[in-house]
Amino acid sequence: MKLWPVVSGVARRTLKNALTNPQIVLPTMLFPLFFFTAFAGGLSQLRHVPGFDFPPGYTAFQFVFVLLQSAAFSGVFTGFGVARDFENGFAKRLLLAAPRRVGIVLGYALAALLRWAVVATVLTIVAFAVGMRIGGGPVDLVGLYVLAMLVNFCGFFWAGGMAMRFRTIQAAPLMQMPVFLVLFFAPVYVPLSLLQGWIEGVATVNPLTYVLETGRGFIAGNPPHVLAAFALAIGMGVAFWWWAFLGLRKAEAAGG
Amino acid sequence: MRTARQPASFIPPLIFPVALMTVNAAGLRSSTHLQGFPTTSFLAFALAVPFIQGALFSTMNAGTDIARDVQTGFINRLSLTTLRNWALLVGQLSGVVALGIVQALFYLAVGLTAGVHFASGPAGILVLLVYAALVSLCFGALGAFLAYRLGSGESIQAMFPVLFVFLFISSMNAPRNLIGVGWFKTAATLNPVSYMIECVRSLIIVGWDPEALLLGFGFIVLIGIVSLALASRALRLRMTRT
Repeated sequence: MKLWPVVSGVARRTLKNALTNPQIVLPTMLFPLFFFTAFAGGLSQLRHVPGFDFPPGYTAFQFVFVLLQSAAFSGVFTGFGVARDFENGFAKRLLLAAPRRVGIVLGYALAALLRWAVVATVLTIVAFAVGMRIGGGPVDLVGLYVLAMLVNFCGFFWAGGMAMRFRTIQAAPLMQMPVFLVLFFAPVYVPLSLLQGWIEGVATVNPLTYVLETGRGFIAGNPPHVLAAFALAIGMGVAFWWWAFLGLRKAEAAGG
Repeated sequence: MRTARQPASFIPPLIFPVALMTVNAAGLRSSTHLQGFPTTSFLAFALAVPFIQGALFSTMNAGTDIARDVQTGFINRLSLTTLRNWALLVGQLSGVVALGIVQALFYLAVGLTAGVHFASGPAGILVLLVYAALVSLCFGALGAFLAYRLGSGESIQAMFPVLFVFLFISSMNAPRNLIGVGWFKTAATLNPVSYMIECVRSLIIVGWDPEALLLGFGFIVLIGIVSLALASRALRLRMTRT
């Protein structure tokens, strides 16, 4: 039995819902732009803090964080759609109709990726329009976007796994809050070396810190710990993939 | 009563602004090293933000609850009674104000426990509570206007990012004199939310600053008058007896 018709069908339907409904598309598009504007615009003087050394400038420094954040949240918002589909009974029909149910999860994941691609394109255009400078070459930029893509998969597989376990949109805070906390417990505003107090300890053990630092390194042209960052992102992706597929089994056992 | 019965209505406005403030205060501590930064404690600087952010949540909560009344036909049934419009509006907004005061007391307790010193003393704390109630009332009226006008909870939720723009493009994370990007500084200067935050902030880190207080109270009273007028008009249209 072919997998692709299920994957493409679910992805097309999810993407159509996500991109044609203003109540869904607006928060997805606007929130990353707000964060980028508020951080890159409002906090640009942080580049003068003693010890802050990021040659491309504060706009590029924040662009990487907001790009990764938008990747994670595009995945989480797609997870909301999964919960909604279970809540209104659509997922039950989908489970009955799909010859290979694994395609349902992959379809949602593909939709999450394409949804983020739209956001990332707009965000990148805006960043260059406001004068973002980059030090890295094309290979570095590809590295940055691939890293963000892996974060998008992690965000979706986490939220999708939760959605398939709880099967209600009331679980949205459970999908959203951990992702929000992991993102903000990383060195968002200044490099890790300038953090002090409890946040420094938390950021040091937060895997996203290394993904973020590598992403910033890509844009500056000298990425640190590339292998570790990709290993962490792929490792988390595989773990959350497993988490999502176990969620699908639970949803199947519960009859959708 | 309705707010008290729904933990989802009062827990996020209490927890979320404090969580964001804690993370921001830790992450942005180094900005106190910038020349011209008004205090050595970023937590004291950031404590003003939850008061306004919490009020934004009040707008959404008031709006969503009222929109539900519109959607379920409760407002239509009320229009069959002799209930006066202003009594309905006052009743709905009193819950928002009560929640606003609870939020303010919670933020104050968090700040004082974390060691923030109020430069304006106990009288300043009292002024802060009055201001928080006023902000809740005015933002609640704005939420009520949106709800009566749009009549849909989903539409109110969709307005959330729009309201958040005002918070984000303000002096919430940096004093206006330290905002380096020209257009952002101009936008923050034109944004009334900057003056509301600076009003609360002045009580915490400066003491008694007549200019900040006058601007903060002035803007919120102005927003309140406009919001209440719009909400009354929208309610009158919604309650039209036919």
